[in-house]
Amino acid sequence: MNQKERVLSRTSAAIAGIGATEFSKRSGRSELRLAAEAVLSALDDAGLSPGDVDGLVTFTQDANQEIAVARETGIGELTYFSRVDYGGGAACGTVAHAAMAVATGMARTVVCYRAFNERSGRRFGQPNARTGGDPTSQGLEMSWHVPFGLMTPAAWVAMFAQRYLHVHGASSEDFGRVAVAMRRHAATNPAAWFHQRPITLEEHQASRWIVEPLHLLDCCQESDGAVALVVTGAEHARDLRRSPAYITAAAQGAGADQMMMTSYYRDDMTGLPEMSVVARQLWEQSGLTPRDITTAILYDHFTPFVLTQLEELGFCGRGEAPEFVKDGGIGLDGRLPVNPHGGQLGEAYIHGMNGIAEAVRQIRGTAANQLAGVTNVLVTAGTGVPTSGLILSAAVSR
Amino acid sequence: MTEAELRELAGKQAALGEVRGAPGPDPVNAPMIRHWLAAMGDTNPAYLDKGLAPPAMAQVWTMQAPRQGRSPVDDPMAALDGAGYTGVVATNCEQTYHRYARVGERLTPATRFTDLAGPKQTALGVGYFATWNVTWYGDGDEPVAEMLFRVLKFRPRQGAGEERPPYPLQPAVNQDTAFFWEGAKSGELRIQTCADCGRLRHPPGPLCTRCRSSHLTYTVASGHGTLYSYVVHHHPPVPGRETPFVVGVVELPEGVRVVGNVVGCPPGEVEIGMALRVAYRPMDDRLVLPMWIPEEP
Repeated sequence: MNQKERVLSRTSAAIAGIGATEFSKRSGRSELRLAAEAVLSALDDAGLSPGDVDGLVTFTQDANQEIAVARETGIGELTYFSRVDYGGGAACGTVAHAAMAVATGMARTVVCYRAFNERSGRRFGQPNARTGGDPTSQGLEMSWHVPFGLMTPAAWVAMFAQRYLHVHGASSEDFGRVAVAMRRHAATNPAAWFHQRPITLEEHQASRWIVEPLHLLDCCQESDGAVALVVTGAEHARDLRRSPAYITAAAQGAGADQMMMTSYYRDDMTGLPEMSVVARQLWEQSGLTPRDITTAILYDHFTPFVLTQLEELGFCGRGEAPEFVKDGGIGLDGRLPVNPHGGQLGEAYIHGMNGIAEAVRQIRGTAANQLAGVTNVLVTAGTGVPTSGLILSAAVSR
Repeated sequence: MTEAELRELAGKQAALGEVRGAPGPDPVNAPMIRHWLAAMGDTNPAYLDKGLAPPAMAQVWTMQAPRQGRSPVDDPMAALDGAGYTGVVATNCEQTYHRYARVGERLTPATRFTDLAGPKQTALGVGYFATWNVTWYGDGDEPVAEMLFRVLKFRPRQGAGEERPPYPLQPAVNQDTAFFWEGAKSGELRIQTCADCGRLRHPPGPLCTRCRSSHLTYTVASGHGTLYSYVVHHHPPVPGRETPFVVGVVELPEGVRVVGNVVGCPPGEVEIGMALRVAYRPMDDRLVLPMWIPEEP
């Protein structure tokens, strides 16, 4: 298949509907109920009924089986269901799987969902002594780190961050500027948990250590909530209620010598090779370059990897991200506005799925912090793990 | 003996007040002073010239042969031994000197049992702190020197029925990784090595990453390393660990990296590039973790 045919086959799918619950610290409802609410909301947004859905995709970490969600929402038979692994790295991957199913005809309309009570239920940031427990490949991998107490996401990321600071002569304030920008965006987004609650760089610096070199305000929040996305054929999407967000590119990526959050044994520890694998595919599939991207939704569970992603995706050179951010490059009026909704630091932590919904709103022109003339939005998923990415567009790329 | 009985005995002994012991078997004498000065490396000629004993020799002059003499400390010590607190470690010794002892005079010790505190949980095990005071008198009734002495009498951890609590952060181990953990137990940092092509690899796996051979052995690393990156963990609390603690990625001269705790120096002194050497820390009866301490300059 030549390059053009590949592009056309990818853009044969679009996101036609988005739905979400409120984002909170205590939903007071079961995770299955959150999933069902988000799915029904997304279908309503698209102008579809549950009976129109024949595929469901979620994360391996999601506690709600596809068949359970189908039962609760009135989705009948399913011809396609799949799960994407590796924590938040799955986010854009769910859309990629759905687009493939639509493109190959395995399903006509697929809903991707993620639902959890991550704050009021099991909190990912808390140590779990069982992390290294079983001699599975992942348990064995974790066993080189967990016995030493290196067992929280913040700690895993901090190890990379310390090396980044050392090699590039950066400082904690460079991480802090990312947090300040995200909280500034969230402050004007009514759906954000931190709506009207911006922070200053001084507050970032004064916040307590979680795992040096990460302060509390380098870490994203913990949230209860759910997001769902309706993926269907581009032709079909054009006939529905909303303007389609065309899937111009969709990719998954794992790097060489990849581990879960602890790829400390590669030659270099200052990059995210797995994001480079995703970036290469996104640019190849779309034929676009970083200059063609109006805004980027970058996965921000911890601030340091926002800098690394800017570099891996080609928005700036190696080690240049601190300057890029310092110059206001990721603000709403910057060279590359990042996370206009406030990201997971500011809006909510729904494992990256709320970011995809924001990308769709930016393309529709309905976002709280709407940018002008949005054509292409790049979205990434969890960092430090095998990951995924998307480019969504307002028009089918030619 | 129960806690209450131990307390009662301690109170009784304290109530005895100061109990005079037998005078020293020999008077203060030049040969012993000469030995002491030589052993301590003290070259001050004043002592022998003037016939004075170094004040810190106070205990020397009245030291009893084993099982001779009685003091109010003896019964509490025996009772603690009987109750299973067989371990002993001195924790305090504070001496006060009133004057020099003179050659030819005979010193007499007097002991006052002052306190028994416990049972307390200590790093060595559960135990009691026993305190007593000794005063040395010269030929008259004037004191020459005094000493406060305190010991911890503890029930050793490995004692019957008191195993170390299991460390909560156990590694998963299988055929591909067991050699590493067994190595740590015997004080070896073992790095997986391909028996066919010689490639070193960490963390280990079932196949050589260069030639895919499954014929694997290990090399015992030199135990030296350089800190490549590190974190200081403050929050949230981690089971089996006290915060803050340091975890580092250590680069070995053998060409691989290993993750482990950096210990033996304050977290604020840890920095990338510092020279480290391996140290083995038993975490419970089963697990030994290789950790890293600063290399001496």
